[in-house]
Amino acid sequence: MEPSDAQTLAGARETRPTWPAPLPASDDTRPLYDRIQDVIALYPERKSAVVPALRLAQDEYGWLSEQAFDAVADATGFTPAFCKSVASFYDMFRLTPTGRYEICVCTNVSCALVGAAGTMRAFERELGIHPGETSEDGLFTLKTVECYGGCGWGPVVSVNERYHEPLPAEQVPELVARLRADAEPDA
Amino acid sequence: MTTDLRILLDFDGDRRDIGDYERAGGYRQLTKALAGAPEDVIAAVDGSGIRGRGGAGFPTGRKASFLPKDRKPAYLCVNADESEPGTFKDREIMLRNPHALIEGVITMSFGIGATSAFIYIRGEYRAEFEVLMTALQQARERGFVGADVLGSGYDATVVLHRGAGAYICGEETALLSSLEGERGQPRSKPPFPAVAGLYAAPTLVNNVETLASVPYILEMGGAAYAEIGTERSKGTRVFSLSGNVKRPGNYELPLTATLRELIEGHGGGMPDGRTMKAIIPGGSSAPILMPDQIDTHIDFESIAAAGSMAGSGAIIVIDDRTCMVQLALRVSEFYKHESCGKCTPCREGTRWGVDIIRRIEMGEARQGELDLLLNVCDRILGNCLCPLGDAMAMPVASYVTHFRDEFQRHIDEGGCPFTEHSPISGLYHEPAAVS
Repeated sequence: MEPSDAQTLAGARETRPTWPAPLPASDDTRPLYDRIQDVIALYPERKSAVVPALRLAQDEYGWLSEQAFDAVADATGFTPAFCKSVASFYDMFRLTPTGRYEICVCTNVSCALVGAAGTMRAFERELGIHPGETSEDGLFTLKTVECYGGCGWGPVVSVNERYHEPLPAEQVPELVARLRADAEPDA
Repeated sequence: MTTDLRILLDFDGDRRDIGDYERAGGYRQLTKALAGAPEDVIAAVDGSGIRGRGGAGFPTGRKASFLPKDRKPAYLCVNADESEPGTFKDREIMLRNPHALIEGVITMSFGIGATSAFIYIRGEYRAEFEVLMTALQQARERGFVGADVLGSGYDATVVLHRGAGAYICGEETALLSSLEGERGQPRSKPPFPAVAGLYAAPTLVNNVETLASVPYILEMGGAAYAEIGTERSKGTRVFSLSGNVKRPGNYELPLTATLRELIEGHGGGMPDGRTMKAIIPGGSSAPILMPDQIDTHIDFESIAAAGSMAGSGAIIVIDDRTCMVQLALRVSEFYKHESCGKCTPCREGTRWGVDIIRRIEMGEARQGELDLLLNVCDRILGNCLCPLGDAMAMPVASYVTHFRDEFQRHIDEGGCPFTEHSPISGLYHEPAAVS
């Protein structure tokens, strides 16, 4: 709903926020180890940097491979096993290789009430995979996720951590086609 | 009608730019607070009567007063891990009014004598993280954040910390574990965070909406704020309205409003041709209310008296097409997924709950399993370190209590009678059954 629509309703002032343009990707090209040292310096205790360090490593390697855990362990001073135990607790850490586009469909209550099942099924049809799977060409990983906090604007879907809300089933084919086209040049 | 009062979101568009925020009077309360005594900040917050907007509703001023004054370091942690299903109001506050949060954080930090503040924002909120990062940078450049704030001698360090996807980290001791770099598991209380919180130091944990309200409370004065609302629920609150309503969204209302004013007045009521089946009044962990309770007031006490809880202020409207067994399954699956595994009743009970409800939905349950389900809920309730297990047990038990016939029909008929039209069906049944 556009803010202007909301204003026309007596007493109603729901004004959906406008989303900011994404910030440009970091241009910090220093080694992962050095960037993790900067993060460690932010905290009174070094262990607090483990989660941010895992995120940096995931961005660097695409997923948290053995190599990624070793890098985080070396840079933070903890063991790879400890880093793994932390990473496995949190949903956003990828412990297996993921497609170029990670598509997450929220299926929690509010989204489910307004069509999340249809959106999820539409992705299954378009991509030929089920939640938890990656397409053979390595382009897409499909996941269902728990509440994304977009409940009034559902069904909510994220593509590589960027929200699309709402994304009803009928808009899924167009989105998938656009993602495929974007991937084409260096596919 | 008392519904036309807004404080936190009383403007169109956003005030992400610090100039817009300052032109609207922003950062003046911080400037004034720094010129006075820290105790004055806490006294004003205490006098306002504001209660935590995260879910538990504990009086904010009292919570702040629990911190020992003589122990340093001390920390302020901002709970921006909004993840109770149905809740999306902190997100809107951060997107539209981020500087109110930052001003509230620095002012409150000064009030409790904190050496640093940490904003723990859920990992999924990437756009919100970027907005806060930009806003913090602007605030640093203007001297509101950093060493020697506005020449007062007070050093305000703020660290923006992203979570990585775990509902339980919204529970304050789990948040602290997570911020310390551990798995986000709750701790036993006592000791409470006020005494032994982050890095075992005195720590105050407050929700985004609570802290963003602080500049407005100081501007109005605690006593004036306390005149809004009911005797025990003060001020305004941003309610997240979702589910089967015409105009879902966040609506800020004084705590004297009713569910009817929110759902029908602001939300436009049910979509055409549908009737209301139930209301979830405080996030998915809240027991349901029935349509004939729509005139219940939305303050903490009234919702509790009606048999539920105001929780995170998330109201989810359920229409007549919805299968209550599917709803119970979806809700319980969520809490099972998010159970950290530390306490046995929650770890085992959420799994048992899901297994039984799934059997009921799929037509595989035996007679008597409904009572088994209630028994499982009962054994979770109050038996764990944190309320996550209760968050499954309470709503599920309420669905069974209010819609026992519907659950029983699934068992008697050997399957779900509502697969054709329930909006949740497609998650559990073949697409053929779903439009």
